[in-house]
Amino acid sequence: MATVEDVLESVNRSQASKYKTIEVQKDVEPQLDLGNLLTVDQNPLELKKFRADKEAYLKSQARDNTQLLFNAIWKLPTERVEEAICVKLPETTTVLPREKPIPKVKPPTRWEQYAQLKGIQKRKKGRMVWDEEIKEWRPRWGYKRANDETKDWVIEVPGNADPNEDQFEKRMKAKKERVAKNELQRLRNIARATRSKVPGVGLTPTEKPSKEEVGLALHLAKKSTASLGKFTEKLPKEKEAKHVGKKRKFEPAIGDFKKEKEQQLNIIDVMENKKPKLDITKAVNRVISQQEQEPSDERRKRGVKVKNRRGPPRKKGSGGFGKKGKAGKGKGAKGMGGKGKGKMGKGKGKSR
Amino acid sequence: MRPLTEDETRTFFEKLSKYIGENIRLLIDRPDGTYCFRLHKDRVYYVSEHIMKRAANVSRENLISMGTCFGKFTKTGKFRLHITALDFLAPYAKYKIWVKPGAEQTFLYGNHILKSGLGRITESTNQYQGVVVYSMGDIPLGFGVAAKSTQECRRTDPMSIVCFHQADIGEYIRGEDTLT
Repeated sequence: MATVEDVLESVNRSQASKYKTIEVQKDVEPQLDLGNLLTVDQNPLELKKFRADKEAYLKSQARDNTQLLFNAIWKLPTERVEEAICVKLPETTTVLPREKPIPKVKPPTRWEQYAQLKGIQKRKKGRMVWDEEIKEWRPRWGYKRANDETKDWVIEVPGNADPNEDQFEKRMKAKKERVAKNELQRLRNIARATRSKVPGVGLTPTEKPSKEEVGLALHLAKKSTASLGKFTEKLPKEKEAKHVGKKRKFEPAIGDFKKEKEQQLNIIDVMENKKPKLDITKAVNRVISQQEQEPSDERRKRGVKVKNRRGPPRKKGSGGFGKKGKAGKGKGAKGMGGKGKGKMGKGKGKSR
Repeated sequence: MRPLTEDETRTFFEKLSKYIGENIRLLIDRPDGTYCFRLHKDRVYYVSEHIMKRAANVSRENLISMGTCFGKFTKTGKFRLHITALDFLAPYAKYKIWVKPGAEQTFLYGNHILKSGLGRITESTNQYQGVVVYSMGDIPLGFGVAAKSTQECRRTDPMSIVCFHQADIGEYIRGEDTLT
């Protein structure tokens, strides 16, 4: 008589034949990389079975190895997320080569450099913002943005503002300026990153341009014609803009020597013309030395003869060592020595 | 190597004229050939046309000197005379100072000239006038700037400076490696 146990056993057996066993026997344990869901089977193929039926054999091998992989996965801690059983896979162990090179680090923008210097952290801001007027969530920026100040239908004119000024236009203009400035900065960042020429060196929009900036703007505007400003008319007393790119130009090393000489002689002429014709200190000096000389000359006329050149000290003093220098008689050293005597002579000249 | 620009020529001539006055003309306008000033590595060289043309074949890095170096332009655009220019300044010098044999050595060591070392001085030399310094045997020793006019020189005390040192022939030994 078949008991209930027998029946259950037979049912179990029939089911067991339907499902394959989860036990897999391998000579060499296959390597498992759960992070990549990878099994590497290093066992050699059984050549007899392989030759007999290639497809069936490979399929059975694949099935066995997959079974091993799933056995390992089921050993991991599981959790249930909305009636699905989930497993957190461990880190990968197999190193896979990249298809593409590692992307290069983007060079920091000017702001990023500054922020790093100052220690400014980025703060996450939600993309959508609540608009109080429309009672709706709207993007922070861009099309249909929240709190769009340019979309106000009425604006209060500020107390100190010109009543005829269009406040709407002013806002639009300010917005456009900001956009343009941002675009310029973006391009500059790109230029700096690629080490090409930084654009916008010429003129950047500023709220209150200085005198030099206005001059530069004028200069650039004049040059911005098809003929590079060759035919742009000048104002009557217009000055050249300062600090505007000027190219250095030198004469050739071996050029027109005659012309060069003439130019240099011209420069000397101009330099000499600038000098005052009458050098006052020189003239005064001459008068003084003449006055000093007069008494000695008179004495000479009176017939006081000098027996010995080195004799009378007064003559030497009155002669002045300067004069001797000019005469070049080589007695200068002595002349210098007679300093006190020179003074005496001078005193006389003054008393007159 | 290039000719001087107009501004450079002007500063250069202004410095030269402090020593030789309008005699610069004689340097430019020479009967014995064409001579010119050329700038190379901030230094001004006084070269004859023939030598300059030959030197033009040498590349800029390799050309160390040509003709006579007169001095150099500083980074601030001023001009400094070098002692090498003495050969051309001395014959045309307008104002001269002679130093006594005892004071020659201190001057050649780079010191100023004191009144005690002053042998002779050209009459009517102004203060801060560029002067060429001679030994009593009329050998040019260098150049400087008169610290006092001739008049003042007479009554100063012997230890006061009468001439500021600028360059002297002792530099041929002291600055052997930098002179070109």
